[in-house]
Amino acid sequence: MAKGPIRRDARRLPLEWLGILPFAVFAFLFLILPTLRIVTGAFQDQAGGFTLQNLMDLNTASIRAAYWTSIKLSLYSASLGCLIGFAMAAAVVFGGLPKRVRSPLLTFSGVASNFAGVPLAFAFIATLGPAGLITVWLRTDFGINLRAMGFNLLSFQGLVITYLFFQIPLMILIITPALDGLKREWREAAEVLGATGLQYWRMVALPILFPSILGTFALLFANAFGAVATAFALTGPQLNIVPIKLFAQIRGDVLGNPNLGFALAFGMIVMTVVANTVYIVLRVRSERWLK
Amino acid sequence: MTRFLAWFALIFGCLYFLLPLVGMAEFSLKMRRGEYSFDAYRRVFEDPTFWATFSYSLVLAGATIVMGVFLVVPTAYWVRLKLPQARPFVEFVTLLPLVIPAIVLVFGYIRLYNTSSWLPLTGSALGTDFLLTMGYTTLALPYMYRSVDTGLRTIDVGTLTEAAQSLGAGWITILGRIILPNVMVAVLSGAFLTLAIVLGEFTMAALLNRPAFGPYMQLLGANRAYEPPALAVIAFAITWGCMGLMQLVTRFSKHERAKA
Amino acid sequence: MSYLAIQHLEKAFGSNLVVKDFNLGVEKGEFISLLGPSGCGKTTVLRMVAGFERPTAGSITIDGQEVTGLKANARNIGMMFQAYALFPNLTVADNVAFGLKVKGVARTEREARVAEMLALIGLPEMAGRFPFQLSGGQQQRVALARALAPSPRVLLLDEPLSALDAKVRVSLRNEIREIQQRLGITTIFVTHDQEEAMSISDRIVVMNAGIADQVGTPFEIYNRPTTRFVANFVGTLNTFAVQVEDAAAGRVRLGGAALTLPPGLAAGSEMHIALRPEALRLGREPGYETVVRGTVEEVHFMGSIIRLRARVAGESVVLDTFNRADQPPPVPGTDVEISLSGKDAIVLNG
Repeated sequence: MAKGPIRRDARRLPLEWLGILPFAVFAFLFLILPTLRIVTGAFQDQAGGFTLQNLMDLNTASIRAAYWTSIKLSLYSASLGCLIGFAMAAAVVFGGLPKRVRSPLLTFSGVASNFAGVPLAFAFIATLGPAGLITVWLRTDFGINLRAMGFNLLSFQGLVITYLFFQIPLMILIITPALDGLKREWREAAEVLGATGLQYWRMVALPILFPSILGTFALLFANAFGAVATAFALTGPQLNIVPIKLFAQIRGDVLGNPNLGFALAFGMIVMTVVANTVYIVLRVRSERWLK
Repeated sequence: MTRFLAWFALIFGCLYFLLPLVGMAEFSLKMRRGEYSFDAYRRVFEDPTFWATFSYSLVLAGATIVMGVFLVVPTAYWVRLKLPQARPFVEFVTLLPLVIPAIVLVFGYIRLYNTSSWLPLTGSALGTDFLLTMGYTTLALPYMYRSVDTGLRTIDVGTLTEAAQSLGAGWITILGRIILPNVMVAVLSGAFLTLAIVLGEFTMAALLNRPAFGPYMQLLGANRAYEPPALAVIAFAITWGCMGLMQLVTRFSKHERAKA
Repeated sequence: MSYLAIQHLEKAFGSNLVVKDFNLGVEKGEFISLLGPSGCGKTTVLRMVAGFERPTAGSITIDGQEVTGLKANARNIGMMFQAYALFPNLTVADNVAFGLKVKGVARTEREARVAEMLALIGLPEMAGRFPFQLSGGQQQRVALARALAPSPRVLLLDEPLSALDAKVRVSLRNEIREIQQRLGITTIFVTHDQEEAMSISDRIVVMNAGIADQVGTPFEIYNRPTTRFVANFVGTLNTFAVQVEDAAAGRVRLGGAALTLPPGLAAGSEMHIALRPEALRLGREPGYETVVRGTVEEVHFMGSIIRLRARVAGESVVLDTFNRADQPPPVPGTDVEISLSGKDAIVLNG
């Protein structure tokens, strides 16, 4: 056993890494390589040489508008998702509600956060669409005409409202453990030192939660930015957001420049990578505090 | 005061979530003018395309689950047992599908594996099916890995392996007869989630032009009025059913463990 | 009236009566410990004084003011928690300043007070650190400074040392006592560790199942326990069954030898008495008139104290004797003589 252990290890090393070879091959072929292809493709011209032209070509009015709309859509749905999700999670954890409410809410959140896509669009069309349940009910029973008030589900606002269906549960799922982590003793210590509930939240609880909240906001932002199925099913190819533009470009080169698709996709990657990095960095930071 | 606000927030939230579900259910029953009926559902179930696309997606879901299990279980096991230094790499990879949007991934696939590349998968129907399955596997990867990894954490992988080895078992036997049965609950949990994801998936299937359930739903939505909500009800019921089975499986295993 | 007066305090959780008719008067500047096993209600009493639990009956008065109905943030009380409860997002200095900031104290005054407090606990250089950078003992000292900074009327300590290791526990309890005496602040200390309670308290309240069994100085609690529970809970006890010879004169027989107890015993042929380990003397000693024979079973050399287990009169007893450098302890199996005195005997009723 003690005979030349160093030599044994050196021969052992490559063999052990073989164990994750299938996974590495899969990851390389179907995750890393495609992503790299996009990144390199964004900087390549038709002949294959290096160029920044593709990125510069993104600077058209239509594409700028698409990015701006996407950013607005993600900002609104992420902010509202954070606010409402936080309120609901706080209600369940601190609001003095019966304990039996918590588990069904979390289970439902798990289901709802996965209910994105085409069926979700249908559900909202059936409810808030032109002939939807609520639209008709408001018109016939209350005389409130949503259309006349300027509300149209198949629009930007409609999409924001629809996106909330999976943004809010995602916020609830992530922020509930963070709320659980607020120790009861902190509240009591603050109270004994003379603080009101509001002062406790302002000076202790919210600062502690802030990294988690901001991080989850970033996550929700990235989530909305990359979503395409719901938008496609709800507003069709009309709404000018980046994923839809990319979708159209992939389907048929509507932009007249094959490499522009790469640039668009690259722009999406940059957005989501930045947002997710913010999330991870803030997560690590808050965990260090709460050691 | 706090309790009032809490109830208000909860009820407001519940209303927001329940109304669309109620709306879609109600709308789906309104096909026959003037009365509630299951006509929309009957139309859907009589549509051969429904069954064709639904079974197609089911088959692919099965393939995805099998692929996922064969990929994730040995890897998670190996990392835990022999290669803890590979953990950061593996976990980074399993987080990638959550960062890179599906549309970007499938775009990469199309450009990479088209007919003029070194691996012309999109040249044939079977090749494209394979590619789509791989795409689904990457989408499900984060959830499958997290589930299996958590499951492995609760069993003493090292000791079980040594015991099996001392009795003469090889790696395949260990994985198949010892590890897999013990993480079956975690695997099933990941499997149900995969099923829900694959059945509802639209982007990859649409862009790869495969006859999956997601694109079928979208097409119907563009052309029909009452069948889409019926489909949405079916899709939601399946998702909820999968989650419910996940919970059942988890709770069932706890009882099993407790009895033993 | 006492500075802190607790009268007929009662707390029920549903049908479970956790604190029953608890009465206590604490003088200004006194250090009182609530001592008892888990579940005896000591923490509940403390939390009612703090204002976190509402009593089902009874009243609490501080310096003449009835506080029973006041919320915790209006009572001007300081508290230390078992889990330190320092605010993780604030530095040490900001933690200590918290109570002052909430009160609206001006910044210069705040900073001066914080510096004063940090000097008091001996951690002035930690002002800019965060709680996760401190050890358990340091965090608890900061918690003490934080509690004392707003000059509270009463200081409440909820098992503050239980989460620390043994050495830190001893040094910190002495530090807490020293600061408490220097500032003269009325203090209630909850613990299940009797050594802790006895070493630093002015008086101890031994609690059992929601009631205060006995209130007294450590000396009284240890040497003159009034109930069997207190006698058993505090310190080690050796119990003997003795035959009563002359109840009026207080003469009993223990293991063949005669023992004189205080006169006026209850009538009956048999009763139980208890003796502390240090009351059983090894060998013959003047002042300990009764001598019994015993066999040494175990010897534990603990440094300054040697703890012996011996069989005396059919009972296994614990005997403590001081180490003497010129006299090695007896070996197990040796027959020895043990002297004791009736004046040390604790009569057990029931």
